[in-house]
Amino acid sequence: MNNTSLDDTIAISLSVNGTNVSARVSPRGSLVDFLRHGLGLTGSHVGCEHGVCGACNVIVEGRVVRGCLMLAVQADGAQITTIDSMSPDRYVLALQQAFYERAALQCGFCTSGMILQAAELLRRNETPTREEIRDALSGNYCRCTGYHAIVDAVQTASHALNATPSGNRLPG
Amino acid sequence: MKPARFEYARPTNLVDALILLRDHRDDAAILSGGQSLVPMMNLRVASPQIVIDINSIPDMDEIAIDGSTLQIGARSRHNDVLRSKLVQQHAPLLSMALQNVAHEAIRNRGTLGGSLALADPAAEMPACMVCLGAEIVLRSADGSRSVAAADFFRGIYDTALEPDELITSIRIPVFSADWRFVFHEIARRHGDFALAGLAFGRQYNGEIVQDCRAVFLGVEAFPRRLIEIEQAFIGTNLNDRGTIEKADQLLASSLDCLEGGEYPTEYRLHLAQQLLVRCDSEAFDENRR
Repeated sequence: MNNTSLDDTIAISLSVNGTNVSARVSPRGSLVDFLRHGLGLTGSHVGCEHGVCGACNVIVEGRVVRGCLMLAVQADGAQITTIDSMSPDRYVLALQQAFYERAALQCGFCTSGMILQAAELLRRNETPTREEIRDALSGNYCRCTGYHAIVDAVQTASHALNATPSGNRLPG
Repeated sequence: MKPARFEYARPTNLVDALILLRDHRDDAAILSGGQSLVPMMNLRVASPQIVIDINSIPDMDEIAIDGSTLQIGARSRHNDVLRSKLVQQHAPLLSMALQNVAHEAIRNRGTLGGSLALADPAAEMPACMVCLGAEIVLRSADGSRSVAAADFFRGIYDTALEPDELITSIRIPVFSADWRFVFHEIARRHGDFALAGLAFGRQYNGEIVQDCRAVFLGVEAFPRRLIEIEQAFIGTNLNDRGTIEKADQLLASSLDCLEGGEYPTEYRLHLAQQLLVRCDSEAFDENRR
């Protein structure tokens, strides 16, 4: 059991992007704040801080979750993957290329969350319909582009993936 | 947007969690998926003195069939329930309804037990549990009890849970093959909280409706079976299109629609009527297949 009094910090050990990390964290600190401020991994962004916008998406034990709705202390023992290490992933690579070509971003604040969520969709379903893409991204806010270009880019990535043989999978 | 200070405990077995809960009662909050609790803490709507994280307790997220009962561990994540073959086969209503629960990343973390314990009037799972006649299994340091979903929900965010109890599992009876369930909801954006929704089921003998269950969400303070509406369908022939008109008219006197907020009660009633028509026509088509 792991009990603490009010201002104590708690020791955690976890794997982040394949590297083992040990740190002491305040129980009330969020996972995304720890990743950004504790580890300098600034790819995941802090937007609404109540789970609505999706900019803080990170991968915990292979699943995309909100980094603002998980406490850093809860990540003790977990395997975390952030966008910062994802470029070699074939899904993320295809999405990055398609987002760039279709100009599916303006300010880019939402993009890392969008790409993680879209990659999770493509990993499960390599040929999603536009409706399935919109469904999967319905929890990610973009305040610049109006989503049309984003959906186009995910579809382009899907076509590109299906034109090339399967290569590497999710690291970590 | 940061939570107030709290003490954090992560017990590794259920007994330790229950002892902590008994010792702290209303000052404690159970952290399961955290998809409602953590936003409430970030917004300082909730400021528990101690957060009891149940994510290290083994065996709380199993989905299994036990005779004619589907048993779902309270910490089962929404997406695990949504994609469970057992659930699709034995409780298809849940698979349909869960497609409307929030968004992928939230469903990857949020749990069935958490949704039931919160008892948001607009949430899908409480209404489904009432519709299916589920039993909600509760544990405290003093023992275990099972509460029918119909008795569990008592008001807006109000349930039969005592301060020293937590939900450990949900037991759902498996319905015979002559039942058809449908789920529909209306939300401003897919995955948002429903303005109104309906969990609806009918048992058929040929073209005659033998039994019926209808439970709304987002319309009243808490989910309950609408016996008058169900009675309006029972004994009728599927091809008698007058039944739905009668049932729809009955809604005005049967429902005690929520007041306040952006939506007037008349609008909620209108949505409820539209949902009943939608579910009625779909349950009909399903039967004809």
